[in-house]
Amino acid sequence: MNFSEVFKQSNQLCKVSPDGKYLATCVQYRLVVRDVSTLQILQLFTCLDQISHMEWSSDSLFILCAMYKRGLVQVWSLEQPDWHCKIDEGSIGLVSSRWSPDGRHVLNTTEFHLRITVWSLCTKAVSYIKYPKACQKGIDFSRDGCYMALAERRDCKDYVSVFVCDDWHLLRHFETETQDMGGLEWSPNGCVLAVWDSCLEYKVLLYSLDGRLLSTYSAYDWSLGVKSVTWSPSSQFLAIGSYDEKVRILNHITWKKIAQFDHPATINSSKAVVYKEVEKRPAVVNDDLSLHNITIGATLFNTQSKYEICPLPVQIPVTKPDPDRANPKIGVSTLAFSSDSRFLATKNAGIQVQSLSWHCSGDSLVLLGKEQLCICYMDTDQEDT
Amino acid sequence: MPESSLEVKDIQSSPAECRTPPLRQFSQSSLAVHRNSYMFSTFCTEHNVQECLSHINQEVSSLGLPPVWTESAGSSELNVVAVLNCMYDLVQLHRRGVRNLENMEVEQLRASSNVDFLQLTSTRLKEQLELSKRENTGLLEKERQLQQKVKSLQNCLKNEKEEVQKLQNIIASRASQYNHEMKRKEREFNKLKERLNQLLVDKKEKKQAIDVLNRIGRADGKRSLWKTEKTEARHEGEMYKTLLSDYDTRQRELVLENAELRKVLQQMKKDIMSILGSRKTTSKADKHEDGCIQADSEEEEEVFDSSKESVELYCVHAREKLTNSIRLQWRRLKSHVERLDSQASVSQIGDSKNTDAVPREIHMEEMDRLKLEIQQCKDFIQTQQQLLQQQLSSPCDEETASLLSDCYMLQEKDRLREEWKTLEEQRKNFERERRNFTEAAIRLSHERKAFEEDRATWLKHQFLNLSPFSESKKLMSKSKSAFLISAETEPSTALTPEKPITCPHETVSPAHKCVRLASPPATELRRTHCLAPDDSSTKPKTKSEPAEDSDVFCNRNAPGQNKRWNSSREQSSRSFAWEENSSI
Repeated sequence: MNFSEVFKQSNQLCKVSPDGKYLATCVQYRLVVRDVSTLQILQLFTCLDQISHMEWSSDSLFILCAMYKRGLVQVWSLEQPDWHCKIDEGSIGLVSSRWSPDGRHVLNTTEFHLRITVWSLCTKAVSYIKYPKACQKGIDFSRDGCYMALAERRDCKDYVSVFVCDDWHLLRHFETETQDMGGLEWSPNGCVLAVWDSCLEYKVLLYSLDGRLLSTYSAYDWSLGVKSVTWSPSSQFLAIGSYDEKVRILNHITWKKIAQFDHPATINSSKAVVYKEVEKRPAVVNDDLSLHNITIGATLFNTQSKYEICPLPVQIPVTKPDPDRANPKIGVSTLAFSSDSRFLATKNAGIQVQSLSWHCSGDSLVLLGKEQLCICYMDTDQEDT
Repeated sequence: MPESSLEVKDIQSSPAECRTPPLRQFSQSSLAVHRNSYMFSTFCTEHNVQECLSHINQEVSSLGLPPVWTESAGSSELNVVAVLNCMYDLVQLHRRGVRNLENMEVEQLRASSNVDFLQLTSTRLKEQLELSKRENTGLLEKERQLQQKVKSLQNCLKNEKEEVQKLQNIIASRASQYNHEMKRKEREFNKLKERLNQLLVDKKEKKQAIDVLNRIGRADGKRSLWKTEKTEARHEGEMYKTLLSDYDTRQRELVLENAELRKVLQQMKKDIMSILGSRKTTSKADKHEDGCIQADSEEEEEVFDSSKESVELYCVHAREKLTNSIRLQWRRLKSHVERLDSQASVSQIGDSKNTDAVPREIHMEEMDRLKLEIQQCKDFIQTQQQLLQQQLSSPCDEETASLLSDCYMLQEKDRLREEWKTLEEQRKNFERERRNFTEAAIRLSHERKAFEEDRATWLKHQFLNLSPFSESKKLMSKSKSAFLISAETEPSTALTPEKPITCPHETVSPAHKCVRLASPPATELRRTHCLAPDDSSTKPKTKSEPAEDSDVFCNRNAPGQNKRWNSSREQSSRSFAWEENSSI
């Protein structure tokens, strides 16, 4: 594997454009746009303050740079480098900023989540959305970019508002049966909205696009509940990772659990293959459905390592978290389906993996550890239904 | 003295009668016995008085009483006093004895009553013991049950404790979570308060503003529309459209799936029916009733199937019928399999010996056959071993043994021997011939030497006789030729001896062959061979010899003088051609 030279960046703001042609990085208050293939600097923009957040628009024509301290948002154009746009939130402050799916509106969340301001770059018009909820994932856009679901909290009750992204028209507004909504997510086909409660209660609610409650799912009571939720790309499955280190999968027809996967510390299943890198600190990701267990491999620049297959049972080294603290570092924190919905990669907290993402073909998986990078290829012949 | 005896009897009997009444029965009975005995057996008669006396004396003395009659008295008359005393003693004795008897009887009665009493008490005590044992076991049982209860309660307690612990942990985690949230909210609240204060204090309010160089077009290029009811309605419509399309696709998928499953079910039903049908024909007796019912239902279903097969089973009733029929078939199959299983187990246990015996017999036959085979093979192996042993161990007759060992190769060996003989003969011939050749070679060398000398003398003569005048043609030619040769070959004196060799060799026809042919030693044998048959065919052996000898001679010279021969031949080929030809 070849690596390029090291480029400076700040705040982990380094993103590739949606069309895959450009790479944008932020260095303090500068925005550097490079060509992906040659890594040559194409554009260089200077912002007014240190950039806190940077985002590409969906059509890869504009880049949004938000400076939370100053309450400013600056938008840059790649086609016309002279074009500039500056949004000043004023004294109301800025907590988060994002693009709308059409790439022509900027949604700013003000301080203390007082409201969401929708700035239109086409008309310079402003819209306000009141009472947004400050939670793990309060806003979600549907995949086709038509609808936006927003979590709201009024009078100590949770609501969901569905907006049409065309003109920000409020389509539906309904109350949810959650105690304290933790987040919401659209299904990839845009017809079902999954809403889950905070970690104090295990509750997942499924609403249809027009606001009807389709189903409720609760695995157990009292213990800490849902940690992460993800849809399969075909919208057929909903994977719920919880604090009890288990993943439960619901099917879209009956919304009942069809599978449940464990994350044991000792792997004993005869169908699992454990690869261990020799002389390196191993970290393991559990791949269910594919029945592979693969460890993290070489460092960035040192390719001197080999993998050997460990005989079962294998003890996975995990760091024991402190259970007394709030938001303990236990439970399934990351879930990702492969693009053909055949594999599900899950990460149990306590394992030193920072992020994982699938290749769009669904054949390989990139795992990023603190010091290590690993690319795992799935052997599609070994599929066991 | 019968009278006295009778008296004695009477005296004896009378005091006995004044006995105490309770024992009268016993004593009377005993006395009656005595009386009877006395009545019947006459102890003393007139004749044996003395003997009786002495006998009684003995008896009395044995009882420890003073004797009744002493001899010393002199008179044969009894001492009445002594007799009376004796009788009195006897009576006393008797009385004592009776008394003792009574006492003993009393004691016996007492003892028996005691025994009865003890028996009663023992039975009572035994019963009591039984009762108490039973009670004991009952108590033990109760204790055990109570202990079980205690254990289960302890388990429950432990579980409850664990659950309590778990709940406490949960509560603790929840409490920590709540506290965390509270703190976070408080921090936010404080920040809000500060912000509010700041805003109230801060007079100049920074307003929100957007500063865009120029408006940019919409992503899809269209103009943005006003928000009107129409648009709202449109949005609603679009939303429902998406939902409906999603439901549509799902429904289609489900329909396909249903069709597949239905097909599978139909197939399964057919298979089960076929299986059961075939089984039914084999074992009809058992399930006659079932068969009837099943036949009916099968007919029913067949009719049903044929009618409905073409029609898709979409309605609820049809679907239910299908599932019910499947269930029915499955149940039948299950019962059938269970029956088969039970049958198999029963037969395994050993109920049906017949079914067991038949295979066993066959099994036994097979085993016997195999054993026989094994035996035969073993015998065969043994015989072979024996033969082998014979072969190895005892060579009985050397000749015969060698013959035996070589018997296969005998013919070949004979052939080989004959060939060997011929080869040996040939070798001997060759040896002989070689010897002859060497001898001939030696002879030739001698002759050569002699010839050389002759030639030298002849040449000397010639040289001396040489003159410019030609005497005769022949001589002239000869001399010319000789002169030419000599002239040509004068410088090389080595060549000179060659000339005369050629001339005398002309006479010998075979020699020319060897002269003309400057033969390498390699062709020596060939020529000898070709020459030999010629010689052998045409000339006698003796003649061939010299030829061969000369050949050999030539050849012997060949290596050394090959060049010279060649040169001389070339030089003299033309001049001598006609001579050689003529000679040949």
